[in-house]
This record gives sequence, structure tokens and C-alpha cells, in this order.
Amino acid sequence: MNNPQRSLFFNVDWIAVILYLCLCTIGWFNIHSAAFDPRYPSAFDMHTDYGKQLVFIIVAISLAIIVLLLESRFLVALAPAIYGITTLLLMLVLVIGRNVGGNQAWISLGGGFRLQPSEMAKFSTCLLLARYLSGTNVKITELKSFLIAAGIILFPMALIMLQPDAGSTLVFSALILVLYREGLSPYFLILEGLFITLFVLTIKVDNHIYVIGPLVAIALIIMLMFKRNKKVVSAVFLGLCICIAFIFSVNFLYNHVLKPHQKVRIDIVLGLTTDLKGKGYNVNQSKIAIGSGKLWGQGYMHGTQTTYHFVPEQSTDFIFCTVGEEWGFAGAVTVLGLYLFLVLRIIRIAERQRATFTRVYAYGVAAVIFFHVVINVGMTIGIVPSIGIPLPFISYGGSSLVSFTLLLFVLIKLDSNRMGIIYA
Amino acid sequence: MNSFFVRRYIIAGIFTTIILLLVAKLFYIQIIDDHYRLYATKNVLRPIKQYPARGPILDRNGKILVQNEAFYDIMVTPKEVKPFDTLEFCKLLGISKDEFDDRFKKAIKYSPSLPSIFEKQLSAETFASLQERLSEFTGFFPTTRYLRTYPDSTAAQFLGYIGEVTDRDIKRSGGRYQPGDYIGVSGVEKAYEDVLRGQVGVKYTVVNSHGKMMGSYENGAYDTVAHPGERLKSSLDLRIQKLGEELMKGKVGSIVAIEPSTGEILAFVSSPTYDPNLLVGRERGNNAAKMYKDPYDPLLIRPIQAYYPPGSSFKPLSALIGLQEGIITPQMTYDCHGVYWAGNHPVKCLEVHGTVNLSGAVAGSCNGYFSMVFQKIIDLNGYKKVDTTFSSWRTNVAKFGLGSRLGLDMPNEGKGFLPTAQHYDKIYHYGAWRSSTVVSLAIGQGELLATPLQLANIECIIANHGYYYTPHLIKSIGDKEVNTAEFKAKHYAGIDSLYFEPLIDGMQAVVDHGTAAASKIPGIVMCGKTGTAQNHGEDHSIFVAFAPRIHPKIAIAVIVENGGQGAHWAAPIASYMVEKYLTDTIRRPMDEFNRIKNANLMPDLANYYSSSRRSMLRDSIKKAKADSLRKLPAKKSVSTKSKKNNTLAYLITEPGRRRNNE
Repeated sequence: MNNPQRSLFFNVDWIAVILYLCLCTIGWFNIHSAAFDPRYPSAFDMHTDYGKQLVFIIVAISLAIIVLLLESRFLVALAPAIYGITTLLLMLVLVIGRNVGGNQAWISLGGGFRLQPSEMAKFSTCLLLARYLSGTNVKITELKSFLIAAGIILFPMALIMLQPDAGSTLVFSALILVLYREGLSPYFLILEGLFITLFVLTIKVDNHIYVIGPLVAIALIIMLMFKRNKKVVSAVFLGLCICIAFIFSVNFLYNHVLKPHQKVRIDIVLGLTTDLKGKGYNVNQSKIAIGSGKLWGQGYMHGTQTTYHFVPEQSTDFIFCTVGEEWGFAGAVTVLGLYLFLVLRIIRIAERQRATFTRVYAYGVAAVIFFHVVINVGMTIGIVPSIGIPLPFISYGGSSLVSFTLLLFVLIKLDSNRMGIIYA
Repeated sequence: MNSFFVRRYIIAGIFTTIILLLVAKLFYIQIIDDHYRLYATKNVLRPIKQYPARGPILDRNGKILVQNEAFYDIMVTPKEVKPFDTLEFCKLLGISKDEFDDRFKKAIKYSPSLPSIFEKQLSAETFASLQERLSEFTGFFPTTRYLRTYPDSTAAQFLGYIGEVTDRDIKRSGGRYQPGDYIGVSGVEKAYEDVLRGQVGVKYTVVNSHGKMMGSYENGAYDTVAHPGERLKSSLDLRIQKLGEELMKGKVGSIVAIEPSTGEILAFVSSPTYDPNLLVGRERGNNAAKMYKDPYDPLLIRPIQAYYPPGSSFKPLSALIGLQEGIITPQMTYDCHGVYWAGNHPVKCLEVHGTVNLSGAVAGSCNGYFSMVFQKIIDLNGYKKVDTTFSSWRTNVAKFGLGSRLGLDMPNEGKGFLPTAQHYDKIYHYGAWRSSTVVSLAIGQGELLATPLQLANIECIIANHGYYYTPHLIKSIGDKEVNTAEFKAKHYAGIDSLYFEPLIDGMQAVVDHGTAAASKIPGIVMCGKTGTAQNHGEDHSIFVAFAPRIHPKIAIAVIVENGGQGAHWAAPIASYMVEKYLTDTIRRPMDEFNRIKNANLMPDLANYYSSSRRSMLRDSIKKAKADSLRKLPAKKSVSTKSKKNNTLAYLITEPGRRRNNE
């Protein structure tokens, strides 16, 4: 048993582990402040969110150790099976799921425990995507491979959208970064950026003419500049047609498909409505909480917004308010810095792999974590619509903590094996 | 390694850029924008106003005119209510079950978790019986509030009333008043609002997102204490004020009494009056509406707002001006044949006075004598050149305080009306009027109009031999006596003191054996003048006087609208007031006193209504004319109307609840 490779912590990326532990600790303290109940002053009281979160953290760390005990090969081999089980659960949840807050996202396991298949789906999709893209003769630049990869991502998205859980669905779109890293044309990224811009403009500007007009003008100028080059002209023309079609479909989507509460959320972020007492209440109070923190914050357990519960869902989706209010700009930047450090660390881990599988999986993990952070923090400061997705490792909740831990520690396990070659 | 290795940097770049964007936004809302901390503070801090007790108002002898009395509101917090014996509770409060359900629903609608008022303004007695049982009804609790109460139900128009602030008050106050606050609306309450109000304190309380109180903020470090309003000692004498109101019952008119040596108002009776307690509490709205519609207008502050022709009470002025101008001497005589011919305009006397000198003319109220004096003054430069002489006559009269506000420290004082030469030019065309045209001014008739306060003030001038102090109604604020220079300055009427004695001889004769001989007070030398002012309806009964002759202590003006001759009603009322004030009793037979007290002289309603309205209309036209002469925008009549509507607004809105608890 002297073989170092047999040791539990052999080759473990301690930086990532420490970052993970830091974020969990920060999370617990903020939940403690946000959910503090003077009736149960003990930090270990099971009546309170902070008491429960302590248990979740212990469970998550135990799970992390179990993952480290597993064989890497085992994980790779099981990827399709895990994906399959997840898919089944996603279908099952539509039938027997419990409806919480308008989303049919939970399967009750009895004893007060619930399972959220969409959380698992993030993990299983990353795993299967990694498995597929690491296969021989798979090149993302080829149409067939691209379509299969896209299919792996889009299938769970479609199932989750049926719940309907827009937040979790959107998380999968982050995986486009993984495809990009593996060779997808950068035009897809540019197009995505363009579409987001057009989406915002279409909703914000009443008359489409004001959006389409300048668009056509720009296209014409480019076409005139390159009038000799037929290829550019036709490409620009095609792009223009796609853009115009996109504008009209967004308009249709916005006016006829989106649910009123979703529309309102978008409107609030775009500054079209300022319904501070109704739908805009959460975001407004959240901004007040964060803004009142100033540079150094109001101090631990001293934020008035937090203490007197002005922000709903403050220990879950709006936990960043507590960070901003009680720890100030300094605290908020520290937390964002930790996340940035973590995702950059994951990229570094990804790039030191011999195995494509681990690299692709690592990028998947980075993209998912990053997307969660940006959307969640962006929501609390009012620059993205309120989409109910948790802040990784910090938000209260067992399901989310366990699934993010799984996501990260599978990577750490795979990485610990980076010298070896993993066979699919 | 594959060929897309460099893309790691692009992805890392995207991650970094987006995180930096978030940091930038955080920097903006946390560091640059200061609003959010303010909003956060606003969210949790509820400044709760601590209302001070409004200062009481006393009479000159320290008797209470208005004070504060505790009343109890029963509050309810619907969420905290536990099942209880509803019927028993209804019985205690004296309400029906339906009423209970209705109010409870309303309370829930207001807020399930915040207290709201369930039953208003229980008196201390009612509350006493309820208090011990109240603890059985969880969720219901009492709060105390203080209301103005008037133990003697007296001096309503003098004291005025308070009402909830209007938007205009709030805007004008520059932050001192907030919705739900009370403010003095009229009378002393308005004039001395600043000292009566006291200083509002603030207690900062922290609330949670449901508005539930969570305790004090920073242990009350920022709280301020409420300072109660000052105790205000007015100059009013409760004894004669009450007597005056008693005597004026069943009559329309007013009494103003002033202490000549100080200018302090001693009595301020406006009749018909009302019980000031009616404008407090639950029934205020209804009572106020009733009063507002009352054709006799009890809300009118007659001593300073009603205009009357002074009638014969003006004659002493004519005499004094004639003496000062050297037109007449006290010894000069006039032969009264019962009628005086001013040009071809006859001025009749009630009787043939024979040969009278100044004192005799005053004692007998000889119209002819004073018409003669007036014509002599006006025709000094020849009967065609009356412009300058009339103007100088007017200036002399104005020095007695007619035609302008005296500056009483009470809002809404009227000016009366003293016609100008231009006024007559307008009516009769320039140069087309003579002394004979306006001769009725000599006997206080014609266009001349004065407030009762102005009439009483003229008596002060006579009593003081030539000067008056600005009438005022305040003696001390708190423990400090009011010593403002404004109230200590002598205002001279421009008549040398030596001219007063012959006039006062005449005025003493009026009471001793003249027109008011029936009102002589044994043992007191009163100098007075009756007046019988002609107007649209029955003559107004007027009496002005001061007493005693040596070191006068009281000057008084009494007007009984449509009461007929001055000697019939006004003079005896004045004599009782004077007797009471000087001797503290009334020694004369009570039969006569009761006859006057019980007399009903209320003018015929239909007639009074129309005539008063007509005179109001005429006044407003006059005002408009006078204003247009002064080249001012002729908007006065409109503004008085809106002022009145404003009064209604104050009165009708029942002073509701203050947003926060007292």
C-alpha cells in the first residue's frame, strides 16, 4: 500500500479544493445571517436553514471523499448510463413531480428529502458530452458530430423546459463554450452575441423599423465595401435575413409565447417597467441591500435588509445580497474573485490533461459554474432577468450543493489521474 | 494538445471580462450611488412622531378656557386576535354584532398585522368600565389621545379651532407639518400656533419587511423628546365673557371690551355663538356642516369681521375733529328745531333739542349739531371745493383706526370702510358732490362701516385722552409676560388732550340723564354714547362707552343687530358688562337683567338671510371698486370667497387619525 497512486489525496488539486471550502464557508456564514432566527440561536439547530446547511456541507464533503475513492475509469464508463438515468428522471418528474413555485422540478424521496433531476442533468450532460467528444473520429467541425453534440445538450434542455424551468434550461446554453473550445466555429459565439443584442433591442424598441433600419444600412455599407467579393456579399445578405427573421421571431416569442411573469422579469431588467411593489420588488430590494453595503459593508449580522427580511428568498437565490450588504464591495469582489479564480483554475486543469475526456468535462464544469455565478449575481444587481438559479456552493439548499460538489470533485478525481490515459 | 489550444485564452478572457462587468456594476451601486443606503435606512426606520400636548389657553385671571383631555381609542391588530366572546365585547363597547363584523373587516383590509383604530374617542368614564376587561380580548389594546376641551364652552370665535393640515399648509410650512398633523385654523389657536403647538419629537423605530415594529433604533440615540406647547394666558376676562354671551343669547351682534390703559381685549363676544366642544371629537364633521349652513353664521367672527354703520356712536369723533380744527368751540351753541337742512337735504332729529352746546349735543345726540359741524369742516374752502377738505377730514378720521386694520393679533381682521373722495367721484362724478351730499357721514351713516373692535378702540382713545394701544389678546406665554414694543407703543389720534374733557362731559351726561339714562350704574361714572344705525332692516342697536371716568378701566362697544334704538338693548348690556367687570357683581334689579337676557331679537330669518347676503354682495362690489381705484387687480371678492370655502374644507374633514400613534 505504499503506492502513492493509491492514496486518497494523491495528485488532488488542492487549490481547487481550498477554493471550494472557502466558498462553502462563506455560504454558511451568509445563510446564518440571512436566515437567523432569534428563537434558535444555536448554529446547529435543525429548525433553521443554517443548521440544515451545516448538515448539507458535511454530506457534500463526504460525497466528495467517496468520489475521490472511485476509479476514474468507472466514471467514464458509466457516463451513458448516468445520462440515461437522468433522462428517465427528467421524464418521470413531469409525471410524478412535485410542483414548487410553478416549476414541476422535484421528485419527493420521502422523509423530507427531494431530488431535483435538472441539477443532476448538468452533471450527466457534461459527462456524456465529454465521453462523446473524446471518441475517435469525432470532429466538432463536421456536421454529424456537431449535430450529435448539440443533441446531447438540447435533449435535457427540452425536457427541463417542459417543467418549465427557464433558469435551469438556460444553464445548458453555457456548454456552447465547450464546443467552441473543441473547435466550433467562432461565428457561433459572435452570432450568439449578436442575437442577445438584437433580442434586447427588439424588446426595448417599440417599432421594429428602428432596429431593422440601421441593421440594413450597416449590411448595405459592408456589401458596398466588399462589392467585388461575392462570398462576403452573400454571407452578409444571409446574415441580414437571419437577423430580420430573428427579430420577428423574438417579437412573436415575447408577445405570444412568454408567460406574463417572464415578460415582466425581462421588462424590469430592461428598465421598461418599474413595478417596485410587485414583480420588481425582489430585484429592487436586492439592489438596495447590495448598494447599502458601500465599501466595507454593514457588518456581519448587521445588514438591515438582511436582518429584517426585506429580500425574499434571501438564503437561496438572493444570498449574494447578504454578501453585498454585510461585507460591502470588498466582500462582493472577494467572492467574485474566488469564483473567477476557480473557473480559471479549472481551465488550467483542463489544459493539462492528456485525455480529451477530462478536458471537455472540465470546460463543461467551468461553463456551468460560471454561468450560474453570472446569472445569479447579475440578477441580484439587476442586470439580467430574475431567473431562479442558485449561486454555486453558497446558496442554501442540499440539492444544489451536492450536485455542484459532485460536478467539481469528479473533475478533481479525473484530474488526479491526469498522468494516466483514460480509455473510454 | 489540439490545434484549438489558444482558445483557452479567449474563454478565460470572456470569463474575466464578464466578471469585471459585474464588478463595475457593483462598484457603481455600492460605491458611487449613495441612494441605496438611504433607501435601506428608509426601509427599516419608521420615525414615529411624538406629539406634544397642545398648550392650554387661560383667561386673564388664570381660569382655563381650553385644555386637553385624554380620550381613548381602542386599537386592533387582527392577526393577534384570538377567539373571544364577541357578544360580550360588543356589549362593552355598545355596538351591534354587524357593526363589529364591519369594522373588523375594515381593519383586516387596512392590514392584518398592523394596528388600526377599532373604536374612536371613548371618554375617560366609558373607558374606565372597559379597561379591566380589555385584557381578556387579545389583539385589542387602548391608545390615548388628547383632544381640546372647553370647560366653560365659551369664547368660541375668540379661541378659534384646530384642524388637520391641508396640502397648502404642508407646502408652506417647509417641512414642519406633515399630513395628519393639527394646526390652528382660526382665532387664538391660529394666531399663536407656534407657541401652542410645542415641539414635535421623533422616536425612531425599526420595522421588518411586514412593517412590524422590531424595537428602537440605536437605543434611541437619535430620538428627540416632544416639548409640550406653552401655556398661554390671554387677556380675556372669563367672567364678563360668559356674562356677555349670556346677555347676547337670542340676539345677533357682538361685544368688544378693551382695557384702555393696555389695549388688552377683555371681552370678545360674537353672537350667535356655538359650543366650541362641538368642533372636537366624533361629531365634528356633522356639527361643522350644520354651523356652516346656519344663515346666522355662527362661525363669523363678528367683533372683527362684521361691518356696521357706527351711527351716532361716531358723533364724538366729529366733535373732536371740529374742536381740533378750530371750527367749533365747546361753548359754541346750535339751535335745534328738529330738522337740519344740508342744502335741500333734511337731517332730522328724534326730538327738538333747542339750544345746545357740544356737551348738550352729545348728550342729546343732536343730528343737526353734528351735521352743521361736518358741513363747516368740509366747506372750509367754499362749498364747491370739497376735495382737499374731505380728504383731510378722512385722514383725521382714519387716525382713530377706521378704514384700516388695527393690527389685532388674531387673523382675519376686517378693515371696515372709510370712503375716500375718489369713491364719491366715482358715484356722483367728479366735482358733482357737496358736503350736503355726504352729510350723513357726520352722524356715522352713509358709506361708513366699522367693526365692533374699531368702535371699542375709539372709546379707548377717548378714555385715554387721545391715544390707543394696539388691541391684543395675550398677556403671557408660559411664564413670560408679553412685552413686545408693538403692544406698548401709543398711537395718537391727532387730537390734543384738552379737547376731550368737554366731549367726555357730554358722554357722561348721556348716561347720567341723556339717551342712556336708564343704564346708569349706581356708584360708577360711565361715559357712553348710544347709536341707532340705520341699515336695510330694523336699526342696529349700538352703545359705546368707557368707565369709570377717572382712570378708565374698560372701554366697550355693544352691537345688537336689528335691535332698534341703542338705548333699548346695547346700552343696558354694556352697563351690565361694565358693572360686572368693575364690581364683580350686578347690584341692579335682576328683573331687568333677565328681561334683556331672555329677549329674543333674532332677525326674521328670510329677511336676515337676504339682507346679509345683499350687504355682502355690496361689500364685495365696493371692495372691487376701491381696489380698482388703487389699480390693484380686482380679485378681492373672489379671494374672500375661496377663503370661506377653505374654512369649510378645514371644518368638514373630521380630524382623522394621525398616521402614527401619538
